[in-house]
Amino acid sequence: MTHAEVKNVNVWYDTIHALKDVSLKFEPNTVTALIGPSGCGKSTFLRLFNRMNDLIPSFRMDGTVMVNNQDVYSKEIRIDEIRKNVGMVFQKPNPFPKSIFENVAYGLRVNGINNKAVVEETVERSLRQSALWDEVKDVLKKSALELSGGQQQRLCIARALAVEPKLILMDEPASSLDPISTARIEELIFELKKTYTIILVTHNLQQAGRISDLTAFFYLGELIEYNLTKKLFLNPDNVQTQNYITGRFG
Amino acid sequence: MTKARRIYEKIVTGILFSSSTITSLTVILIVVFLFREGIGLFNTTPTEKNYVIAVSRQNTVPVITSNELADIFNQDITNWKQLGGRNDSIIRLTLNDLSGIFTEEELGPNLENFPQKLNEYVKTTPGVILYLSKEYIPKNFAGRIIPVKKISLLDFIFGKHWYPTSTPIPQFGIWPMIVGTLMVTFGAILFALPFGMATAIFMSEIAGNRLRTIMKPVVELLAGIPSVVYGFFGLVVLVPLIQRLFGLDVGETVLAGSIVLGIMALPTMVTVAEDALNSTPKSLREASLALGASELQTLFRVVIPYAKSGISTAVILGTGRAIGETMAVLMVTGNSTHVNYSFLQPTRTIPATIAAELGDTSFGGVHYNALFALAIVLFLFTIIINLSVEVIKNRNKEVNQRG
Amino acid sequence: MDTKQLKQKIVFTIFGMMSFVVVAILVIILGFIVFRGIGAISWEFLTTAPKDGMTKGGIFPAIVGTGCLVIGSMIFAFPVGILSGIYIHEYLPENWWKKFLRMMTNNLAGVPSIVFGLFGMALFVNYLKFGDSILAGSLTLGILALPVVIRLTEEALKAVPDGLRLGSYALGASKIQTIQKVVLPVAFPNILTGLILSIGRVSGETAPILFTVAAYFLPRLPESISDQVMALPYHLYVLATSGTNMEETRPMAYGTALVLVSIVLIINLSASLLRRKIQKKNKMN
Ligand SMILES: Nc1ncnc2c1ncn2[C@@H]1O[C@H](COP(=O)(O)OP(=O)(O)OP(=O)(O)O)[C@@H](O)[C@H]1O
Ligand SMILES: [Mg+2]
Repeated sequence: MTHAEVKNVNVWYDTIHALKDVSLKFEPNTVTALIGPSGCGKSTFLRLFNRMNDLIPSFRMDGTVMVNNQDVYSKEIRIDEIRKNVGMVFQKPNPFPKSIFENVAYGLRVNGINNKAVVEETVERSLRQSALWDEVKDVLKKSALELSGGQQQRLCIARALAVEPKLILMDEPASSLDPISTARIEELIFELKKTYTIILVTHNLQQAGRISDLTAFFYLGELIEYNLTKKLFLNPDNVQTQNYITGRFG
Repeated sequence: MTKARRIYEKIVTGILFSSSTITSLTVILIVVFLFREGIGLFNTTPTEKNYVIAVSRQNTVPVITSNELADIFNQDITNWKQLGGRNDSIIRLTLNDLSGIFTEEELGPNLENFPQKLNEYVKTTPGVILYLSKEYIPKNFAGRIIPVKKISLLDFIFGKHWYPTSTPIPQFGIWPMIVGTLMVTFGAILFALPFGMATAIFMSEIAGNRLRTIMKPVVELLAGIPSVVYGFFGLVVLVPLIQRLFGLDVGETVLAGSIVLGIMALPTMVTVAEDALNSTPKSLREASLALGASELQTLFRVVIPYAKSGISTAVILGTGRAIGETMAVLMVTGNSTHVNYSFLQPTRTIPATIAAELGDTSFGGVHYNALFALAIVLFLFTIIINLSVEVIKNRNKEVNQRG
Repeated sequence: MDTKQLKQKIVFTIFGMMSFVVVAILVIILGFIVFRGIGAISWEFLTTAPKDGMTKGGIFPAIVGTGCLVIGSMIFAFPVGILSGIYIHEYLPENWWKKFLRMMTNNLAGVPSIVFGLFGMALFVNYLKFGDSILAGSLTLGILALPVVIRLTEEALKAVPDGLRLGSYALGASKIQTIQKVVLPVAFPNILTGLILSIGRVSGETAPILFTVAAYFLPRLPESISDQVMALPYHLYVLATSGTNMEETRPMAYGTALVLVSIVLIINLSASLLRRKIQKKNKMN
């Protein structure tokens, strides 16, 4: 079963050709790392799956993006339905200026789930999954802004988990965190893989090596190489990949 | 650095420093002058200079307030008993009433017998009250000059009558104007708030780039139109319209003032609120949308709560704009200084009263002082508004810093 | 479409319609003034004094008067305001004095214009004995414009990147040299835009000149700064509210309103254009 798939996708911002004829498949319960130099289109690629690029007026694309065997860009499908099924974690922790509880409950509430028992249960489950429950279970009413950066990021992960997505997108989720918080996030990703499919953008090659099963290397909007992580780092097929991971450019 | 250069720099710094001091000095000067002229109202008796109020020696009322005096001469008070005195009905005597009491022969062609006659009359009439120029009061006056109490702050603020030029005693109660100001302002906000917010939200959240580039100049132009022009437009278009629509005798009403002021408060509100909405971080919007929220849900659950303090600032600044506005309200609210609690009746606001009456006052007179006292009230309103904006800003800073 | 989508559509449509009302208000007001006023505009109207109880003639003295007041107030407000802005933004460290100055500026900006009028009357007309004069009126208007000028100067200076200042210091320039040679040239276009806007604001003010300079009817031109003058906004007020023959003064009033609105809007428009030009230039760099 293929979980998410991109076929012959091209993306433009005005005249910038940000993705060039990219095709890729993602298997369930894997972590795929997207690597490549700044501006090569990793974020653009990631944001295809929940149509976040649509928010940018100059964005144009062609090709197909499938999630759960549904064409994400088809006219019949509803955009909020897609976004509900695809979780996203951003580079900087961005909790809402609300309580910890309401942050996690947000996704349920906007999708019309207000049953108190259901909400409470989901919040607890999501916080447990994101390994934050023990730290915050007594202060759920506290403002999320009072948490530390690492805690905030795990809260954002819990928030994404609460709507039970199949696919989780992470755009450099640990780049603004200290080493210890980063390690915790990495552990967490490793746990989450059992239940979810994860696509992860990272600039940290060691990180990609540690936690991903597969790695895709992008360069100037093109997919250069997509391979098992071990293979790609130890013995890449492409010479550009070789140059990049050995630090000769980028 | 050469010596000349150093001196030059010193001088420039000095000039810069003194310029910046002028601003603070101006604010202080404004306060000083407003209070200097305005406090005068509470330090003088409100009767005209050179005039006295006198009663019979038998009268036991010790002092009299200006309101009581006004009531006496309006014939609302007719017996000294009502003021805690003896049971004598009040007989008023001013220069105008002379012919009803004395014959011309008695007084003589040039009123030379008047002081003497007056003494006789006062002795025999225990209920009399005189309001006369000092020159007519004889040396051996048989009556008693009764002191008039100074105006109290409470009388000033809660007094319901504003008759600044009436004789023998003017009345300076600003309650009608306070009510007028608050009603007109309230009405203006009632109108401007929904339209201002809708426009701000439309510009920052809904409109595309092209529509936004149309809306921005519209708001700027609205802000640029001078207030007399709004007043003029209100006077020739809105006032007749309201008159016809509600079948009123006059169209100059609180409602007309509210609408005109509402339009004038719009640009302030829209600009400040739009800035506040735009200041909501993109990442919060994206996080909300990524969870499957619609734009509307994102707006009400994330953007507006985040921009709350900016939005309150917008409302407060809009209120400030409305409270202080002078010419436009003066032109469309009709000049009624009676207490009025209806939106379909004329009224007059504090600034409009100042603008309408200051030209007729004499420098240093009671009326002149009263208008400055009115300005102090207005000034206090604006200080309160500024302070609340400041407080909101600081509180918001704290909240955001925590995050 | 489900209820979530439908709700959004309905609410957004309502918001859109309400903003359309705001646009309509502007169009109606401007349209009305232009439509009614255009008939009164003629060469004679613009260049002669009013006559026959202000039912005939023109508004030339009022135009000149407003010009004098604008120039007078700017002579005061521009230097003082710009220098204060520079001092507050470039010199003062974040201390209580700066906070105090800021607070004073903000307070001054929030004071209603009629209070400025009152203050001008008390200080300039009565206390300093300038009488009703261009001098008293200009100073009053100047004080009204002062906080506006200070604030716009500060905004313009804030927009100058700190890197430029540091770069200049790194080359051994002093503070004043840095401000003169680096900061001000960069901030200048923005300051200019703000100044133009403040002229627009001042030229439409009525309340501050009511008791400090404005003449009800004075068909000759001023000869010195101690003369009274007519002014466009006050003239419109007079025509609108206290003419002896309302029917016949109305066309004059419409004409005056049109001239006043045109002047103010042309000023604002040129500021807008200038700003857009600056923004475009900045984008290209
Ligand atoms: N909103 C936008 N408008 C115009 N161009 C954009 C926009 N976002 C991205 N681009 C362009 O698209 C290309 C790819 O950008 P993208 O953000 O996907 O890169 P990235 O690989 O995520 O880079 P980084 O590692 O720095 O995050 C870049 O050339 C960028 O300039
Ligand atoms: Mg990126």
